[in-house]
Amino acid sequence: MRPNLELLDGRLVERVLGEAFELLLDPGVRVQAPEAADLLAAAGAEVRGEVARIPGSVVRAALESAPRAFALHDRSGEPAVRYGAGVVQFDPGSCGVHVLDPETLEHRSSRSADLVRLVQVAEMLPEYAAQSTAVICSDVPAAIGDLYRLFLVLLHSARPVVTGAFTAGGSRAMVELLAADAGGAEALAERPRAVFDVCPSPPLTWSAFGGRNLVDLARARVPVQIVSMPLAGGAAPVTLIGSVVQHAAESLSGIAIHQLARPGSPVVWGGAPAILDMRSGATPMGAVETAMLDVACAQVGRSLGLPTHGYLGATDAKVVDAQAGLETATGAFLGGLGGIDLVSGAGMLDFLLCQSPEKLVVDAEAIGMVQRLLRGIGTPTETLAVAAFAAARPEGRFLELDETRRLFREEQRIPSKVIDRASHQAWLDGGAVDTFGRARGRVEQLLAAYRRPAPAPDVEAALVAIVRREAERAGQGEPAELPGLPADVAVGGG
Amino acid sequence: MTSELFAAMRQSIVEGDADRAEELAARALGEGMDPLAAIDEGYVPGLRHVGDHFAIGEMFLPEMMLAARAMKRAVAVLEPEMARRASRRRVLGRVVLGTVHGDIHEIGKNLVGMMLSASGFEVHDLGVDVPFERFVEKAREVDADIVGVSALLTTTMVGQRSVVEALRDAGLRPRVKVMVGGAPVTRGWAEEIGADGYSEDAVGAVNLARQLVGA
Ligand code: B12
Repeated sequence: MRPNLELLDGRLVERVLGEAFELLLDPGVRVQAPEAADLLAAAGAEVRGEVARIPGSVVRAALESAPRAFALHDRSGEPAVRYGAGVVQFDPGSCGVHVLDPETLEHRSSRSADLVRLVQVAEMLPEYAAQSTAVICSDVPAAIGDLYRLFLVLLHSARPVVTGAFTAGGSRAMVELLAADAGGAEALAERPRAVFDVCPSPPLTWSAFGGRNLVDLARARVPVQIVSMPLAGGAAPVTLIGSVVQHAAESLSGIAIHQLARPGSPVVWGGAPAILDMRSGATPMGAVETAMLDVACAQVGRSLGLPTHGYLGATDAKVVDAQAGLETATGAFLGGLGGIDLVSGAGMLDFLLCQSPEKLVVDAEAIGMVQRLLRGIGTPTETLAVAAFAAARPEGRFLELDETRRLFREEQRIPSKVIDRASHQAWLDGGAVDTFGRARGRVEQLLAAYRRPAPAPDVEAALVAIVRREAERAGQGEPAELPGLPADVAVGGG
Repeated sequence: MTSELFAAMRQSIVEGDADRAEELAARALGEGMDPLAAIDEGYVPGLRHVGDHFAIGEMFLPEMMLAARAMKRAVAVLEPEMARRASRRRVLGRVVLGTVHGDIHEIGKNLVGMMLSASGFEVHDLGVDVPFERFVEKAREVDADIVGVSALLTTTMVGQRSVVEALRDAGLRPRVKVMVGGAPVTRGWAEEIGADGYSEDAVGAVNLARQLVGA
């Protein structure tokens, strides 16, 4: 039996969807992207000014054509992140603007070298099924920022990637990069490696930016994660259930636009809901209510048979401290029990602003614990205990049993040294190092052991050429060097 | 009687009861009270109470929001009489506020705007994705003291510099002050682009604005 948490009963899910469909008609959805509004109008939505009133039939047709399950592939073309398969998977949070300096504990502007470090650490941790474009690179011209992040991840990782574009046209060059990586547009559509987060603006709005990306990506058949983020009490109703309704309405409208642009293109019922902190107006990612929203929103998506995503395993703490640990683990556990297909957010501090490799290794332990929990309590032996007693008799020497040696790795998750299980004396002798200190040590170890899973030289050359061209097009001239580039990549001329 | 009325006005703001605030404003006018006195001695103390308690974490955003709305409604009732008496409500300053071009994050900017207007600034909110020149035009049109520019993305932050430059090119600097904010914005960045100040949150934004207008 797999443990499983549901926060809404079946009738309530029906009511959520009922009200969401109602909202799509009245007040309707603001659609500021002309290409998206045109698609809706042609399908029978009433579009007046910015507002589209979307009939249930349009949404239901979209729900019919949206795939129930699909996979993101690793570089070798093997499925690695399986959406809609009943497996909970994790990836680091995206798009931080700072990194936590492990020496000074300063939150400093993230640079290419920081992204590379994060990718290398995550690549060494089996708990992460995918990479993400985890931080922006402040040493690269902003105009090619989104492209450059993806470029560096593709060069340093073999895993699938969760990413996103910063501008309306931004996804175009990124898709081109992915196609070059996959061996052509057709190969990319068949075995996509990346998924793009695309966000509606709360409440009930598709900005020109979000709407256009939705349409472009659907047409390119590149998977999209619709990341609706109702902020309960701020940009959404204060009740958690009201925010779940808004999330459903925004997601349904997105799926409608997406499937109209290209029926059958892969799309995920994603989300990054949060409550609004009533003191500061901040959007706490570590609040228990935020986790409850994620679980409930995903439950609604699953009831429609759609792949799901959520944003948990992040904290609002500023350093990797007790608050970070408890918020991260709470979120990861609830997300896991909620059966969310892909949970993004690990490594993040400070309201998704600050990434930390050290936090990534601590979080991997929390995620490992979740994964263990989800495997549940199995029955790998014929009798549950009787045979073991027979074998261990009379003194109960379980430690010497064949069965013990054979099964302990299944029954127990072996933690890394980040988790302290030494005796007090051994801990003192080891320098009395705390969690963060142990995490720092482990980051260094992982970095030392990391080997780059290099793409073929011609693929690499193609990636470099695209980035150079885009840099020039953005009027940045030719960057003298490409920061974060592995030493063994042929830079090529111009 | 007057002091009772002032107390009731103060209370209506603290409770965020806009209907009551409006009704009391009408009563004050009926009794021939100077609208400026009603504002300064009746409503403003209520707003100050809410602001002070908000700052120490004992009142919360929804209470702040409703207090500001009640204040606005009361002032609207008093305005025609103020105009007739040619008395002008003393505002601390005029602020043009917006989220910079290419950026659609609005929640932080709205909070800042709400807190500024609750604290006695006249706020002209241009919304989100605001072209640089719009800030200049509006600043000129309303004779602004301060232009506040919000940016939440590292890609759009650079637009804050463009606003500073556009104001300078229009000859409005240094008279019109510029304050910047948004999650990725730092003091260092504000200094680098030649803005006059930066704040991390809405309460800080009010303090900064006061400082910039010398209030
Ligand atoms: C909510 C949100 C959204 C919502 C906004 C909804 C709305 N109606 O505003 C939506 C979904 C639309 C959105 C979209 C995107 N977002 Co967003 N978003 C956020 C989030 C989670 C919270 C922002 C917020 O409202 N905070 C609450 C308010 C109260 O805080 P605040 O804005 O910081 O404001 C306070 C202070 O900064 C200050 N302040 C603000 N403005 C000003 C102005 C002045 C003059 C002063 C003095 C002070 C001041 O006072 C405020 C009150 O205390 C942030 C994460 C974060 N921690 O900021 C990401 C974040 C900003 N978004 C991010 C991203 C990447 C995006 C997208 C590109 C995602 C995508 N791929 O689609 C798009 C961009 C769209 C665009 N072109 O603008 C990144 C930015 C990374 C970067 N490189 O800069 C962040 C950091 C999250 C992340 N790590 O991924 N987002």
